[in-house]
Amino acid sequence: MTARAASVRRAAEALTIPIGALAAALALFGVFMAALQHNPLEVYALIYRGAFASAFSWQNTLARAAPLILTALCVALPAQAGLMVIGGEGALVLGGLAAAVTGRLLAGAPTGTVIPAMAAAGMLAGALWIMLAGTLRQYRGVNETISSLLLTYIAIALFNHLVEGPLRDPASLNKPSTAPIGEASMLGMLPGLDVHWGLAYGLVACLAAYVLVRHTTHGFAVRIVGGNAQAARLAGLPVNALVLVTCALGGAAAGLAGMVEVAAVHGSANASLIAGYGYAGILVAFIARQSPLAIVPVAVLVGGISASGGMLQRRLDLPDATVLVLQGLAFVVVLASETMYGRLNPFRSPRA
Amino acid sequence: MTLESLGWWGVPLAVLGGAIRVGTPFLFVSLGECITEKSGRINLGLEGILVMGAMAGYGISHATGNPWLGVLGAAGAGVALGLLHGLLCSLPRVNDIAVGIALMLFGTGLAFFLGKPYVQPKAPTLPAISLGAWSASPQVRAALEVNPLFLLGLALAILLAWAFRHTRWGLVVRMVGDSADAARAMGHRIRAVRTLATAAGGGLAGIGGSFLSLYYPGSWSEGLSSGQGLMAVALVIFARWQPLSCFWAALLFGGAGSLGPALQSVGVTTGYYLFNAAPYVVTLAIMIATCSPRRTLAGAPGELSITRNA
Repeated sequence: MTARAASVRRAAEALTIPIGALAAALALFGVFMAALQHNPLEVYALIYRGAFASAFSWQNTLARAAPLILTALCVALPAQAGLMVIGGEGALVLGGLAAAVTGRLLAGAPTGTVIPAMAAAGMLAGALWIMLAGTLRQYRGVNETISSLLLTYIAIALFNHLVEGPLRDPASLNKPSTAPIGEASMLGMLPGLDVHWGLAYGLVACLAAYVLVRHTTHGFAVRIVGGNAQAARLAGLPVNALVLVTCALGGAAAGLAGMVEVAAVHGSANASLIAGYGYAGILVAFIARQSPLAIVPVAVLVGGISASGGMLQRRLDLPDATVLVLQGLAFVVVLASETMYGRLNPFRSPRA
Repeated sequence: MTLESLGWWGVPLAVLGGAIRVGTPFLFVSLGECITEKSGRINLGLEGILVMGAMAGYGISHATGNPWLGVLGAAGAGVALGLLHGLLCSLPRVNDIAVGIALMLFGTGLAFFLGKPYVQPKAPTLPAISLGAWSASPQVRAALEVNPLFLLGLALAILLAWAFRHTRWGLVVRMVGDSADAARAMGHRIRAVRTLATAAGGGLAGIGGSFLSLYYPGSWSEGLSSGQGLMAVALVIFARWQPLSCFWAALLFGGAGSLGPALQSVGVTTGYYLFNAAPYVVTLAIMIATCSPRRTLAGAPGELSITRNA
């Protein structure tokens, strides 16, 4: 048996099992809908129409996929070093706030400097926030899954305090917001598409993450740490530094997602920023099995499901949480499908 | 609740009353998580189970008119979700932390979906026992209005502390959690024990959720829980897996959680959101103080993935 055949087999397995799991989740969701007296086929058709059937629905889907790609990286990058970080929502919220404040301070400066400065501010805020979880784990032994989620609640409280207090624009009456960054500083649309530049940011970030993880010595060292930190330490790798840098990169991606939401969608920082992209990003990263390249199609799929929520609400009078049920089901089934690896006959090597 | 007549003295009193009211859900969730973790698994999905229990309890109370049936139903919903976690984690190669995260999202999503019709209507809520009837001060009486579930939780903590030491099933759960190899050698069915422990933990978390919707705050909404289930997981680590310590820790967390509303009631409104973040900051500070990168925590079940150091 050649090594090539084995790797083809592995790749086929890595594609088939998640797709099969998603199909199973859709089927279960259909059963759930049927139990509530809704025709599952009609529900599927509406999800497809809301997500992918027209240019308008594609725009909606891709605009949601952009932040999802970035928040999924906040899970997938630390996962390479063996950390399960689920605090992307906090990094997104603070990144968005930092970007909004920066954009306001630089209002009137040329767009060429405002947008990079906003992106840098958002990324810095997110990076520091997730690094905090990494630091607590490396130096104090605090479990990063719990601490990163606690940090999210703290970040949201801090955000609400600042947006409704010191940073509030007195002109925002009904919905407390920071002062608008101004039309001139907004992110434009991608040429030829009605989708904002955030999507390009996400694609570039995924590509960069892929190259970093798979094709650099830094990425190789991080994956050794993720495989066995004890061995990495014995081999002389700077484990703490590698973990912290990886956390910072993941946090920067989520912070950039916040900047994109502010600069392309809301125009200022307000409560609309707390939309659950951080949590949906966890789902994206797990379906993509923490692979930076696989994140892109999965984020489009999950973005499409959430884009179809409005259609389900209008046509079938279903609650807006319907898409959360489907996403939760998909998450559970995909994790359960982990057990199938190495157990399906067609993917087994002939020897085994 | 007005505290003007007592002035600033109303703050510690309100915090005490709040510690009991806000602490009760922590108590149930942490006792549930304590059982699960003693068996060697961690269920991070208790946050989702808590929300699901709150919704199920409210819905059933609304449909039947009996809040105690709601508590029972909430426990049932919790057992079902706990069983799901336990069975999935019994499959080879399935990670308990990841399934917990998924359950957190699934439980909240399902509760929001099924709970939509119950946001508006009023359901009968649980009665309270007045332990402060001797006092003429309405503030003292309000602080000492205690829900029977709180007393039940206290009794449960004592019962569990005794059972882990002195009963057969308590010893089996602890052995499975401390050394799977030893338990296997003794002929115990590890996966079955852990699955049942997770289901029991889910049931208690469901009851904790029903306290939220049926007593305090006493209504169902999507913003009902914000991390109480997760904080309870951290609380178990702080309590070193001792049921009685869970009781005191739950009171401490409850006090931290009621600081914001108590200060607001005496007119301190600046920094309202920051005071509301107090429980999360306290949880994090406690974890920083109790965890250590060098040694495994004293009292930690040996098979628990979350305390093993990388």
